[in-house]
Amino acid sequence: MTAPRRTALAPALDLAALVADRDTRIIVCCGSGGVGKTTTSAALALAAAEAGRQVVVLTIDPARRLAQSLGLVELDNEPRVVETPGAPGELSAMMLDMKRTFDDVVSGHSTPERAEVIFANPFYQALSSSFAGTQEYMAMEKLGQLRASERWDLVIVDTPPSRSALDFLDAPNRMSRFLDGTMIRLLTAPSRTGFKIASAGFMFFSRIISKILGGQLLNDISAFVSALDTMFGGFRERATATYELLRQPGTSFVVVAAPETDALREASYFVDRLSTEGMPLAGLVLNRTHPPATTKLSATRAEAAAEAVAEAGGTGAELAAGALRVHAERMTLATREQRLADRFTSAHPEVPVRTVPAAAGDVHDLEGLRVMGEALLAAEGDTGTGTPRSRVLPARPPAA
Amino acid sequence: MTPAPEPLSVRCHVVTGKGGTGKTTVAAALALSLAADGRHVLLVETEGRQGIAQLFDTPPLPYEERRVAVARGGGEVKALAIDVEAAFLEYLEMFYNLKRAGRALRKMGAIDFATAIAPGLRDVLLTGKIKEAVTRREGGRFVYDAVVVDAPPTGRITRFLNVTGEVAGLARSGPIKTQSDGVMAVLRSSTTAVHLVTLLEDMPVQETADAIAELTAVGLPVGSVIVNMATEPLLPPASLARIAEGRITGADLLPALAAADLPTAGDVAAGLAAEAVEHARRWVAQDALRGDVEALGRPVVELPMSVSPIDLGCLFELADRLEDHLRTEVAA
Repeated sequence: MTAPRRTALAPALDLAALVADRDTRIIVCCGSGGVGKTTTSAALALAAAEAGRQVVVLTIDPARRLAQSLGLVELDNEPRVVETPGAPGELSAMMLDMKRTFDDVVSGHSTPERAEVIFANPFYQALSSSFAGTQEYMAMEKLGQLRASERWDLVIVDTPPSRSALDFLDAPNRMSRFLDGTMIRLLTAPSRTGFKIASAGFMFFSRIISKILGGQLLNDISAFVSALDTMFGGFRERATATYELLRQPGTSFVVVAAPETDALREASYFVDRLSTEGMPLAGLVLNRTHPPATTKLSATRAEAAAEAVAEAGGTGAELAAGALRVHAERMTLATREQRLADRFTSAHPEVPVRTVPAAAGDVHDLEGLRVMGEALLAAEGDTGTGTPRSRVLPARPPAA
Repeated sequence: MTPAPEPLSVRCHVVTGKGGTGKTTVAAALALSLAADGRHVLLVETEGRQGIAQLFDTPPLPYEERRVAVARGGGEVKALAIDVEAAFLEYLEMFYNLKRAGRALRKMGAIDFATAIAPGLRDVLLTGKIKEAVTRREGGRFVYDAVVVDAPPTGRITRFLNVTGEVAGLARSGPIKTQSDGVMAVLRSSTTAVHLVTLLEDMPVQETADAIAELTAVGLPVGSVIVNMATEPLLPPASLARIAEGRITGADLLPALAAADLPTAGDVAAGLAAEAVEHARRWVAQDALRGDVEALGRPVVELPMSVSPIDLGCLFELADRLEDHLRTEVAA
């Protein structure tokens, strides 16, 4: 028999140092959908303003009440200053309007007449509002714009709620390859290409595609492509430049995950990808954990105690038995969360971790963001329960 | 021989929800509950994430209907992960008799390209396959008593199901048009119900309301609202509100702990009290949203939060809850 392998302890993630560091210029919060990326980005941004930074947070899809509390009532695609009394720095927030961002890019790269033609094209309308990947592409574009502006010294970006965090990195490239339009050109004007590439197979493909998609769509695309012709170079350059920005030393990725199998699997893929791309990872924020207030009583013992208390009866027995059951459930949940975190750490022992306990309700105002910001930035060992903030449960189980 | 089960009125159950609400788990539990009493159910995955295979602890699903679970009375759940490329090839074969050509297209990446420039095409292919499974007959009977779809999230569900609207720009006549009209006829009929999974949190409830409005506007039938991961109160119901206000300390628990001869270290009691307060606050915060959920005007069923990982046993427990709901809904 071999002894069970000990999981290495995850290093602690020091977000306070990250936001205070003047060399940190971009923080990208990424992770799969539904893990709390938007709130994490906003809370980090508020904390950064309180640490004296001039910070702007680009949110993608904030909950209505949170958007309101950040002053994001108008969708004008421009950052607005958020009132943060007492903060030495300044916080601005904006919500991405992908259609408007796309329109701005088109306007910026062409004459007004040409832009009008493009805006009126039905294929452009579909592309700028519903094409898979447009949101990611435009988030990247906006990030580039905000970073280029001298107005802020820190840009924090929330990423679109796609199934996979990888989409944020992949979509812009896919999109610019698509807009490059080699395939589109071949498809819409195969007779003009006159190269060997217009093989029998390709002609066949083109016939099928037009049969299935219909001639009108291909005409729209063709018109769009010729109107866009002079812009392709510009599009590609911008996408490439922003992508390069993500590799710069001033950029940090914060991967956000909930303590669930799917979310942590996605986080794991993303961490691998960042290291392949040479992109700087700050660490993992494990959001909405349930650390117990005391770990001196195990789940099993708490269950047994609940029974004993209920049996003994007397004043307050019902309440005490209930509290013991709450604790038993909490210990079970925390044990499962810690196990999932350990699994992540055994695959990525070098990645620093910070856990953020679940709030009892939704975070929808500045006060809620401030509380979350404290949980994100507070010192590793100050919980008062003996559980460090990089964990859900203490590393050593309580003595039985 | 066991008698054939009563036919179900709703045979196509589409399950959607905001990301993170657990719609795959709910879809799987719903499939299990529908399979009780010897029924045959197909559970369909549309987003290529192999979530069903993970839930049922089976190898990744191929583009093929595979049995993943058996239910009471000889019922069974089969699962299918719809692959867009495979569905496209099937489609080409069916309408154009083009099997070999399809393979060549796949090699060229042409299918990716076609579904990229016309996202509606992707949805027509996926919903087309769903319709085929719902209407498939053998020996005068439906092959599946019910089809449960683990559908795209609420933000995209209306576009996904409203295929005729989506392809209107693509095809005004021809096979795509015929196909999408046929799909729409099934999805808009009383055979179909779109169920929405939500949590008792602001944003999922808001998104659910938005999705119901959108679905209703295009004539798609909305079924139940399924509240997932609800906190079930473990504390005396009468005192929940008081506890949530923080009006309990370790000292309140000590006498009862002592009466049962339990070690009563002060910090343990204080910890228990703090956890009780948090539990009560969570319950109160969730309970405040129950009114909003009721106001949606749809039948509501609640599923409890599971503290252990979701396994087959846990799915059956959730299925039991859904079965009771379905029964009372049918009776009503």
